[in-house]
Amino acid sequence: MEFKDYYKIMGVARDATQDEIKRAYRKLARKYHPDVSKEKDAEARFKEVGEAYEVLKDAEKRAAYDQLGANWQQGQEFRPPPDWNTGFEFSGGGFTGGDAEGFSDFFESLFGRGGGRARTGGPFGGDFGGRRGGFSAHGEDRHARVQIELEDSYRGATRTITLRVPEFDPQGRVTTREHTLNVTIPKGIRAGQHLRLAGQGDAGVGQGAAGDLYLEVEFAPHRLYRVEDRDVYLDVPIAPWEAALGASVKVPTPGGTVEMKVPPGSSGGRKMRLKGRGIPSATPGDFYVVLQIVVPQATTAAERALYEKLAAEFKAFNPRDKLGV
Amino acid sequence: MADKDTLSQLTGVILEEQVELTLAEISRSCAVHAEYIIELVEEGVLAPVGREPRGWRFSGGQVRRAGRALRLQRDLGVNLAGVALALDLLDELDAMRARLNAIVGD
Repeated sequence: MEFKDYYKIMGVARDATQDEIKRAYRKLARKYHPDVSKEKDAEARFKEVGEAYEVLKDAEKRAAYDQLGANWQQGQEFRPPPDWNTGFEFSGGGFTGGDAEGFSDFFESLFGRGGGRARTGGPFGGDFGGRRGGFSAHGEDRHARVQIELEDSYRGATRTITLRVPEFDPQGRVTTREHTLNVTIPKGIRAGQHLRLAGQGDAGVGQGAAGDLYLEVEFAPHRLYRVEDRDVYLDVPIAPWEAALGASVKVPTPGGTVEMKVPPGSSGGRKMRLKGRGIPSATPGDFYVVLQIVVPQATTAAERALYEKLAAEFKAFNPRDKLGV
Repeated sequence: MADKDTLSQLTGVILEEQVELTLAEISRSCAVHAEYIIELVEEGVLAPVGREPRGWRFSGGQVRRAGRALRLQRDLGVNLAGVALALDLLDELDAMRARLNAIVGD
């Protein structure tokens, strides 16, 4: 297993005071909290910081950890020394608070599994989520993300989804099992929404019902379209003469190609709405075309002459009028 | 592991649109006491339709919101008013990110 440098993870010196450690933890917890942070590895970082704090905030655990010495490097291959644990009482003491379930093998090898699934405390009691014997308990809900294409939301689709489900083997070790599902993606679903699959979460204990599986939907980045809630945006390049004279242009939408009129005298950046052609729903979103004027390169003498004629004809036109120059 | 062809087809419901919960249901779903949900409503974190707690109906999206409030309180030591403020600001941030993404792309 890999050595974890808890001081490095917390960004504090080895001789940091408990107050410094607490301050560092508070700051990192806010930064990486999965409900707040948009960083890709927020959840992993948050767990790592929680684990580091679990050790460093506790004088006994910190002293024990410090005994390993300062020569270990983060990520280095690690085996606990043979005389480890003498003089300390950790194993099975239930002395680890917090949600120790997600802690690393490294932590477990030093301090045992501790409190296990400690989810109670404060106002958050209740008989749910616990794994106590003899009870019937509702199975835990599971959460996963699923990436779909924007087109799937226009038409509805079927996706095969494989999830990695952690499980305890008879020896109590955590293993992962693959759970494959065929899921119907309903038409009109939007990014950030959740699909609830009843009974597809963890099995219940005793007579308890199984938990549910929640799939958070996100759209794969699209080559052409951008999405905001129900509305879809597309940049459409047009030629200068199309912008000036008006034109009828073909525009792709996820629901199929449409013909759109560009009014004469359109400027670059002009936004045009195709009502109801966004993501379908009882009140469907809109499709927005953003005009981009593309200027052809003048390469031949004849082409250059045309631009020069244009310039001569439009002598009075100052595109920088508003800049006051 | 079952063969792909033999897997049954699962149809889910869209939590945010097709699910409505009572006070008892949302409490169970978040594994908290009903009193905690009532506190969240009083603080304006959750907005059920209906008047009396008995008649309250929570949209599915509120379950996520309650869960977020719960974790922020537990993990960051924020009080309820702080949670309410944080969630409002996070909503605003999400809306602005979506806006920005629609304008400039990823």
